[in-house]
Amino acid sequence: MNRVTTNEAVDSVADSEVATRISAYVETKAKAAVAHDTDLAEAGILTSMVAMEMVVFLESAFEISIIGRDLKMDNFRTVNTMAALVTRLRETAADA
Amino acid sequence: MTQQVTVFGAGVMGTGIATLMIAHGIPVTLVDIDPAVLARGRVSVDRQLRHAQLLGAVPEGVVPGELVTSASVADCVGSLAVIEAVSEHAEQKDKLLREVSGLVAPGTVLISNTSGIPIDELAASVQRPDELVGIHFMNPPYLITMVEVARGPRTSDRTMESVQSLLGLVNRRGIVVRDAPGFVTSRLLHPMINNAARLVGEGVATVEEVDALMTGCLGHPTGPLRTADLIGLDNLADALVALSQRLGNTEYLPCEYLLDKVRAGRLGRKSGSGFYDYEG
Repeated sequence: MNRVTTNEAVDSVADSEVATRISAYVETKAKAAVAHDTDLAEAGILTSMVAMEMVVFLESAFEISIIGRDLKMDNFRTVNTMAALVTRLRETAADA
Repeated sequence: MTQQVTVFGAGVMGTGIATLMIAHGIPVTLVDIDPAVLARGRVSVDRQLRHAQLLGAVPEGVVPGELVTSASVADCVGSLAVIEAVSEHAEQKDKLLREVSGLVAPGTVLISNTSGIPIDELAASVQRPDELVGIHFMNPPYLITMVEVARGPRTSDRTMESVQSLLGLVNRRGIVVRDAPGFVTSRLLHPMINNAARLVGEGVATVEEVDALMTGCLGHPTGPLRTADLIGLDNLADALVALSQRLGNTEYLPCEYLLDKVRAGRLGRKSGSGFYDYEG
């Protein structure tokens, strides 16, 4: 039980670090502060080009590959959805 | 004859067209004489294919076609169609089309992705002028679903049918226009961009203001100057010179503000800056 709690805490810290790094990158694109749950498409930040730049950034910053069904705009709509994607892909890679 | 298509020129348009074909399951041989350009082209096609997938522009359940790169013009033999997307210079297109025309079997459709050189001018270089047709793909070809088809006076009905079949395979709609310098899209768009640049040069408005007015007031999806950056300012200046020469009208000549950008190497998105600055 303790072990699970510790892991959750670690995951939470890691997730928040992931989100912070993503948010810092998004803010360079937006040239403004961006909340983690802001819909980047509605805010006019997530153009088709920026979405592709985000893919390249996430892959290189977190050493993951975003392929197949994960390569869809919905995964890039907020900082939180991108952080969730990164976390999931890292877990999948660690399990493999 | 296989369902494979050969694309000549691994630049912006050549790689974009190759991506469109591959995304729809059609194998492509991408040919360029410059090995460095070819190597970059392969990377570019991979990136663009992912871009298309990200934006939902790849049909579900289709296995992407294979991409083969080559430095040999002769590798076009056996293709369903040959698409040339080399630089927008008539001499280069003439030279390539002459060579390809001597290699491929009768019945192979020859497509020029010219943005405005009259097809009948290019037809003078090929052995079977009835098999030559223009398809003006828009950039990026894998995202824009309409193309401008230029039918030369000698282009046959059979060639037009083949073009419609090919466009059907890649889910594109073609609007067929009569052969003329700049066809429709370039004849309208290029002078507009030139005038937009002229306005900025004269200090009437900034780059951002011109684009904001054209998008906000006139409903353009992107402004003319951002579009220019996507086309490439060197290509645009060349195309304007060609339009001016063919139409015998100096008003089409590129304005100084546009030429200054080209001379400074600010060629648009592909060089990292043009009317706007780009990262990555």
